[in-house]
Amino acid sequence: MTAIDDGIRADRNRREIVTPEGVPLRLRLAKRGERLAAVLIDLTIIVTVLVTGAFAAITLIPGNSSGWGVSVALLLSFALRSFYFIFFELRWQGATPGKRALGLRVIDRKGGRLKPEAVFARNLMREVEMFLPISLLFSFGGTGDAVLANLLTLCWIGALLALPFFNKNRLRAGDLIAGTWVVESPKSTLLPDMAAQRAMAGGPIRFTDAQLSVYGIYELQTLEDVLRRTGPNAQETRPSVADRIKAKIDWQPPAAPVTDDRFLEAFYAALRGHLERHALFGRRRRDKHDGV
Amino acid sequence: MAEPQLKSYDFRREREATWTELDALVQRANRSGLDALTPDELLRLPVLYRATLSALSVARSITLDQNVLRYLESLGMRAYFCIYGGRASLASGLWRFFAVEYPAAVRNAAWPILLSAAIMVLGAIVGHVLTAANPDWYYSFVSESLANGRGPTSTAEELRAVLYSGADSAVERLNAFASFLFTHNARIGMLCFALGFFFGVPTAILLFTTGLMLGAFTALYAAQDLLPELAAWLTIHGTTELLAVALCGGAGFVVASALIFPTRQSRLARLANRGRQAAKIVIGTVALFFAAALLEGFGRQLITDMTLRYLIGTTMLLYWLLYFLRAGAGRDRD
Repeated sequence: MTAIDDGIRADRNRREIVTPEGVPLRLRLAKRGERLAAVLIDLTIIVTVLVTGAFAAITLIPGNSSGWGVSVALLLSFALRSFYFIFFELRWQGATPGKRALGLRVIDRKGGRLKPEAVFARNLMREVEMFLPISLLFSFGGTGDAVLANLLTLCWIGALLALPFFNKNRLRAGDLIAGTWVVESPKSTLLPDMAAQRAMAGGPIRFTDAQLSVYGIYELQTLEDVLRRTGPNAQETRPSVADRIKAKIDWQPPAAPVTDDRFLEAFYAALRGHLERHALFGRRRRDKHDGV
Repeated sequence: MAEPQLKSYDFRREREATWTELDALVQRANRSGLDALTPDELLRLPVLYRATLSALSVARSITLDQNVLRYLESLGMRAYFCIYGGRASLASGLWRFFAVEYPAAVRNAAWPILLSAAIMVLGAIVGHVLTAANPDWYYSFVSESLANGRGPTSTAEELRAVLYSGADSAVERLNAFASFLFTHNARIGMLCFALGFFFGVPTAILLFTTGLMLGAFTALYAAQDLLPELAAWLTIHGTTELLAVALCGGAGFVVASALIFPTRQSRLARLANRGRQAAKIVIGTVALFFAAALLEGFGRQLITDMTLRYLIGTTMLLYWLLYFLRAGAGRDRD
């Protein structure tokens, strides 16, 4: 798999999968903190439903206290504990309520469909990864051998829990045996094309090829960020950026005065056109240090 | 010279409508599920998805507009989740699972399952021999809660009483008993699988100690010449329950074998592959634990006739064997 180089900046959360159509898609791995938060949300839901459900079952179902109520409560706790995650990851395409709240998803590492058995596998491991440590925490106390045994188990499980910190894909044991990973569900909106706005802004400002050859893709996209930025400080940075560019490309202002905004937009459009044309001929200039 | 219009600008203008249409569909599908889309929209979805992916490929080479690239990346990703995120039509999925996939997964894991059964049998033999030679071993093998007050010091009458107790229980109590057995045993089964991740060692230990316990019981009853009656008591649910434990243990060994033994695949790919197969076995086996709990919670308590207990136990065993060996055979390759 070759990494696509289109100038979007590299970052260590980024991974690539190849869809069954053969198109590589880029995604961002979920952060460990986000995953922890998602699990905590899910656990809160489980405990809340469990407590209210068990209470309701035992008090509302008629008959003596040790009969139907107890069995409903037992079955409910088993169902929640073992099938809560499986159910939601199957129904909501790889997201539980907690994951959805944080914008995370489980997907297949190879890029195929998320199969039910993968969901089974990654969540059955929770028995050891999640529920065993929790019950151990509550079972502390005891004496002598029991404490020692608990401590040993805890060390062992601690190693398992630390697994996401020791591999670059942040896989937990369940992800390992299911062939899945947890990624961010991307959100992004289509903004107006900056080059189109320039077309409305009156007569073109011309730049020579030499002036356009000063910068590369990295600078172009930084300029795009500056132009798209909104907020109180957005306007303040533009004059200084404009001044720096003007100095760098040795720009001679025309007779009619040009505002900084219009200059930047015009320069952005011209530079993008220039770089895109070159890219079409296979000359992608990464940044200003990249040889021409 | 006339300013040449940007190619990437035209590119975007021509395709933008497709993207926004897909965006709207995906948003609706995410909010209220794929069922919320009309049949026409469902047909449009993959078409729009492919068009957007191809636009993404082109965009990567011709446009330097960061926003468009990011947008297409994320739209492609969201549509991909929507299409390949896994579908759950639970009813038909369940049917297929139990008719074809589960027995096939079990057949494929025949050797690990036999190994796990063998470890249990070995444990039982060791437990029996040791306890027969020195009854004190009984206390090491059998936990307080399972012993039900039975021990080497119990009389034959006491031992026999446990085997036939419960026949006069209220159905309500049996209910709770069966639910307890089911949830407890199913969790042990899942644990057997999950512990396979530690190279199968804890799984083997769990299976062996289960065997030891069985052996200790048989030795205890054999000493009082009650073995046939104990066997009947065990058989009625044990054939199903021990089979289920063996299956889960086998699933654990499947995971372990992926970690231990080298093949041509990378360790990670193999683990993912085998792990999924093993998980199928465990999920399916939950149904066996359920059946076992019914047999143990109701059947064993209410049916006290020895022959009937044997009959039910062996019938169940034959049924399971037939099911695992024959169900969906020849159809599991699709």
